[in-house]
Amino acid sequence: MAKELLKGNVAIAEAAVRAGLEAYFGYPITPQTELLEHMAKRMPELGRAFVQAESEVAAINMVYGAASTGKRVMTSSSSPGVSLMQEGLSYIAGSEVPAVIVDVMRGGPGLGNIAPSQSDYFQMVKSAGHGDYKQIVLAPATVQEAIDLTMLAFDLADKYRTIATVLLDGNIGQLMEPAELPPMHELRKEPPAWAVSGAKGRKKNIVSSIHLQPEELETFNIHLQAKLKTIAANEVRYKEYMLESAELIVVGFGTAGRVAQTAVKLARSQGIPVGLLRPITLWPFPEERLSQLADEARGFLVVEMNMGQMLDDVKIAVAGQCPVEFYGRTGGVVPLPDEVFAAIAKLDQATLRAQRVTA
Amino acid sequence: MTTTPIEQLVYERPESLSDVHTHYCPGCTHGVAHRLIAEVIDELGIRENTIGVAPVGCSVFCYNYFEVDFVEAAHGRAPAMATGVKRVLPDRIVFTYQGDGDLASIGLAEIMHAALRGENITVIFINNAIYGMTGGQMAPTSLPGMKTTSSPGGRDVETMGFPIHICEILAQMQGATYLARRSLHNPAEIRKAKKAIKLAFENQINGFGFSLVELLSSCPTNWDISPAQALKWIETQMVPVYPLGDFKNVKHTE
Repeated sequence: MAKELLKGNVAIAEAAVRAGLEAYFGYPITPQTELLEHMAKRMPELGRAFVQAESEVAAINMVYGAASTGKRVMTSSSSPGVSLMQEGLSYIAGSEVPAVIVDVMRGGPGLGNIAPSQSDYFQMVKSAGHGDYKQIVLAPATVQEAIDLTMLAFDLADKYRTIATVLLDGNIGQLMEPAELPPMHELRKEPPAWAVSGAKGRKKNIVSSIHLQPEELETFNIHLQAKLKTIAANEVRYKEYMLESAELIVVGFGTAGRVAQTAVKLARSQGIPVGLLRPITLWPFPEERLSQLADEARGFLVVEMNMGQMLDDVKIAVAGQCPVEFYGRTGGVVPLPDEVFAAIAKLDQATLRAQRVTA
Repeated sequence: MTTTPIEQLVYERPESLSDVHTHYCPGCTHGVAHRLIAEVIDELGIRENTIGVAPVGCSVFCYNYFEVDFVEAAHGRAPAMATGVKRVLPDRIVFTYQGDGDLASIGLAEIMHAALRGENITVIFINNAIYGMTGGQMAPTSLPGMKTTSSPGGRDVETMGFPIHICEILAQMQGATYLARRSLHNPAEIRKAKKAIKLAFENQINGFGFSLVELLSSCPTNWDISPAQALKWIETQMVPVYPLGDFKNVKHTE
């Protein structure tokens, strides 16, 4: 298929349709509304389910119900709406039904604003709701990646019976870029063995997240963690840029990663030995690769569109082997390559000085 | 010579009702409501085609008592979950079973919008005027002056509000097609309740849209009276506040 000029939100919606989405439930919120609007038109055209829910709380619980049938279902929202979905996300995780959630982040906390931000890293990566669980978090930096990762999200959700999320800032949701959509996939014909569909010729199936006996719930949680460990071992994804002989490592995801890439290129042209690691999976986090890089690096710079959230995970990976600095803009302000370049140059000077002092 | 059977089976466990002990308290009418639903599912021959949605509250484990597929919803969200199931499996029969805290308090938005959308589902609504599972707190359905653990001096309508009348409210929703309130306090009323439940399921089979049957139910444990007194209490205290009858039956009376 040929490349076309596509808006991020619309591209994600159409990618989901082509991935075999059978039901979409959502609630309007800027800056993701075009996604819902595309679904409102496309899903009924194809004879598939679309419901504009009365709230994000209802939308995620509709997703929970539809996902319990084993069909491919999704919702999308933006930061404050995702806060409301945390209840349902926890139940979905506790029931091990596959579901895809798209979060097009805006500025927070509170009503914040509708400008692009990466304010939901904690919410999506660390705790998407109560209880011991994680969800897969895929962070695209381009419209093409948003398409590819949306397709991947459905496959991973099904494969592991888990929540797979696509996390992007409003910038990627709103911008238009040339990108190629995948062909239309066929819908799944038979429901998986665990799904509810009517107890015909088999024992009844129950989809539930309750385990009243403490030992029983502990056993379930151990099972859940083992599954998450498998995901962590198999599904880490990241992009490397100019990391050969790099002494300084910049880490950024999504739009911040894209801006950082321009800054890294500029710094390299001025002789600073710097490279970029852009995590594509925020959970599972590329901790091992960062730890390897930390063995040789002089210092790390984390660039985010928030006050430093992924920063914690980089620090855990680096484990004190070298300094980890942070440059971020927040409130919907997008950092400029020049600003990131200045932060790289500053880190370069500071770590060189530190080396001289130690020597 | 013809033999006359000396025994005739006139009462047995419905196929849709599981052969297990329930966790319900003695004298609680959840068991009666469960049996009525199971009988209706059997009579309509829909057991293998039905998906139930369980609530949070005393009936949180009701999926253990029906031989049909079940999902377990978050508190109050059963109508949203049922919407999700029904929209992707429109030829299945989907019902929710919800108590008054679940449906009429935390889940008010979900039930109203499911009714507004005319979701083709059946809702069984248990109104016993109290939160049972958490131990007898005030419900949105608690009667004025009713003593509960969170209204120890009695429900003061000045500060704690008035009882909610779900059937009367939902009657305003154009998507709702059948709304009935019945009681489980004596055999005659139980028979009427079964008829209403059957009609609510038939409506869904016929594709008419949203149906809800409210069942006035007893909670002797948390009302702190005997089972027999509890049935009397429904009749004398609840029925005057929650009048029985059909509040909407658009496909059948028009």
